Amino acid sequence: MWNVLRAELTKLRRPSLSVSTLLAVAFVTSLITSVLFLLVDSPEGNGERGVRIGRDVLSLPTGISLSFSNSAGLLGVVALCVFAAQTAQEYTYGTLRNLLVRQPSRMKILTGKLGAMKLFAIVMVAFSAIVGIALSYLFAGIKDISTQAWSTSDAKIAVWHGFINVLIATIGYGIFGMILGLLFRSPISAISIGVIWNLIFEGLLSAFVKNIDRYFPGQLLSIVAQGGTDRISYQYALFTSYAFLLGGLAIVAFLFKKRDVAN
Amino acid sequence: MSSPLALDVADLSKKYGDRMALSHANFEVPMGSICGFVGPNGSGKTTTIRMLLGLITPTTGGGHVLGESITEPEKYLPRVGAMIEGPAFYPALTGFQNLNVLAKIGGFATDSIAGLLDLVGLGDRSDSKYKTYSLGMKQRLGIAAALLPNPKLLVLDEPTNGLDPAGIHEIRTLLRKLADSGTTVFVSSHLLSEIEMISDHLVMLRLGKVIFSGKTSDLLAKQQPVIVAKPENISDLNKLVQIATAAGHEAKIIENSVHVTGTSDFSAKLNKAAFEAGITLESLTPVKASLEETFFEMTGE
Repeated sequence: MWNVLRAELTKLRRPSLSVSTLLAVAFVTSLITSVLFLLVDSPEGNGERGVRIGRDVLSLPTGISLSFSNSAGLLGVVALCVFAAQTAQEYTYGTLRNLLVRQPSRMKILTGKLGAMKLFAIVMVAFSAIVGIALSYLFAGIKDISTQAWSTSDAKIAVWHGFINVLIATIGYGIFGMILGLLFRSPISAISIGVIWNLIFEGLLSAFVKNIDRYFPGQLLSIVAQGGTDRISYQYALFTSYAFLLGGLAIVAFLFKKRDVAN
Repeated sequence: MSSPLALDVADLSKKYGDRMALSHANFEVPMGSICGFVGPNGSGKTTTIRMLLGLITPTTGGGHVLGESITEPEKYLPRVGAMIEGPAFYPALTGFQNLNVLAKIGGFATDSIAGLLDLVGLGDRSDSKYKTYSLGMKQRLGIAAALLPNPKLLVLDEPTNGLDPAGIHEIRTLLRKLADSGTTVFVSSHLLSEIEMISDHLVMLRLGKVIFSGKTSDLLAKQQPVIVAKPENISDLNKLVQIATAAGHEAKIIENSVHVTGTSDFSAKLNKAAFEAGITLESLTPVKASLEETFFEMTGE
């Protein structure tokens, strides 16, 4: 498994993937942070689905981590695309047969790949946190939002909790991408289905059907990133979303183990 | 005592839906030999290779690779190098990085990569991205990847595809050298003249069935040799056919020559009989049946 992980890291480190992914992370974090701070006085709201997050909330110790916590959904889409592409491209390039000749244990291939992509997700979330916090200070200055509480020990704890929760959510979205990659064996199909499901299907249904988001892994991961909501607890969101994902992963891992590699 | 086997396959079959891709195949490949694996497109060559490498599960039957059952590929694959159905690598990585990925996965030393790239003639392009390689260069990288584990068995599927004549010659020399050093080479190719030149064993498939398995020389010995006689005067062609037929040999006119079935012993007799009949022969050449002719005869293609 460690050999596979090391080999996967070689692939993930290539500049065309790593630089473009970090640029995408910087873009989505900047977008969310600028909306959060620069539209703080907007009557249309500055949070998800028009929610207003006021100056008082942004001034709290948790205000420092709100930018990248709120970016989790879009970071998840980036992770979904990376995990799905990295998995499905082995089929489209025909490289899976090379991997399996060099490492016949298909479970080791899968766990090694997942391990490497988790490390990649850690880098993504850490980069998002750095960009989000830096821009939060910049925009707070522009909008006269107090940052006094951001340097307290409570703020450090909030950043740490935020980082862990966003990481759990991002890895969850990535696992969803990996499941789709193994299932559809084509990066384009896996990514498009994943994005349509997450952003359109889950998003629209959750907006119109009350409480249906309790059963959607994408929506629940978003709640995990926020540390839970008044309506859905952190624990429920974490266990339910990961139960879906790990169940799905077990099914596709079984298919991956049993399926003939004929391309 | 029979020589140890690199490969043996017994009653191996693979069925996709109603179609038998490989039907009850039986063959053996001795250790240290170069074995050609030939057959028309769709005859089951790649399916067989994939089963030997643990990529697809046989419907029935089984076999052994380097003495280990094909149901446990992890026991023999570290000693096997393979290129299946052409080279397949990551386009955005360089040749060196692609081999590095495979070396890491297999747990092989990465310090042999540069030497392997030199060996296949890619030393000066090792830092170029795979997507910039020509077909021949991709093929060479595939062969280098197959050599990564310093294999006891090398399985190559159409290794000379896309190579120019000089490249084909280099690969032929390399395979001979590997066989001389004890590596068994199992190579499929549609270039039968190439296979004939390098292989000492042969497995021939047609429509998913093994129609020959054994020494190449045994197969070719079964075929009737031909003597090609070309008279100086074209009007003597029919007379030459009559002479050969009268001596109990089959003869037919092909273009400006008479093709007579018979061993080279008959050449002198035919030459003498033609001279006595007043026919001057421009050339008289004994020709052995080629693998290609034998192949077409056996497969009915």
